Amino acid sequence: MEKSKRNKRYNAYVESVTPKTGTWHSLWNALWVGGLTCMIAQGIGDIYYALFPHLGKDLIVNFTSMTIIALAILFTGFGFFDVIARKGGAGSFLPITGFANAMASASMEFKTEGLIMGTSVKMFTVVGPVIVNGIVWSAVAGMINVLITGGI
Amino acid sequence: MNPVLDKILTYLIVFLVGGGLCAIAQLLIIKTKLTPARILVIFLLLGVVLEGIGIYKPLNEFCQAGISVPIVGFGAALTRGAIEYAKQIGLLGALGGGLIRTSLGIGTAVVMSYIVTLIFSPRSK
Repeated sequence: MEKSKRNKRYNAYVESVTPKTGTWHSLWNALWVGGLTCMIAQGIGDIYYALFPHLGKDLIVNFTSMTIIALAILFTGFGFFDVIARKGGAGSFLPITGFANAMASASMEFKTEGLIMGTSVKMFTVVGPVIVNGIVWSAVAGMINVLITGGI
Repeated sequence: MNPVLDKILTYLIVFLVGGGLCAIAQLLIIKTKLTPARILVIFLLLGVVLEGIGIYKPLNEFCQAGISVPIVGFGAALTRGAIEYAKQIGLLGALGGGLIRTSLGIGTAVVMSYIVTLIFSPRSK
């Protein structure tokens, strides 16, 4: 078949132009990008804790994640995050900053389709699965936990 | 222990645990061709399970931001909220508790994304 031959040639071509990044190299990049993100968050949390010790641990944790989420989205706006994402792979999307970047970049990308049908609809295209599964399974886990430990 | 040394050790643990989780995710991408969305959900569920069976808290005390900044921490925070609110108002509280606990983060992400979208134009990749 002419078509299958063409597909095979095309696949070989794709294979030849795809940049070869070594497994170890990409693992190392994910490790240091992800690790550095976590260390920065830890640092921000430590600074907040030193400045406002009366707020308590829960609020400090919340403010820390709000800070890094806001920073990540600003980075997305300025286009810095693409650089981090290209380098870090999983190191850039697994931390909560990657979650924020996914939301912001989707909403920016579809701005041209309007604020309602573009931005507002597409904002959750990437993070939707995380939010839906998070709410569903945390509710299930919460109920099971309370039923077993008998907190009520 | 020396407090300075203690701090350095904490940051080292944060780096290794956080980076290690990301490296595992990267390995999953390379070896299994799972999409990033699926990997995010897998790690999220890991957090839900860890918190559900009650071993996330001691892990978090040891690893700190190393485990709470990756999406694992988001799953754990949702579940923590679900458990706490269910204990407060009864079983159905589990339906809302997760959102209550994570609402500041989610709200920040939505509002900031909207503002940034209004200010910046999409750039060509």
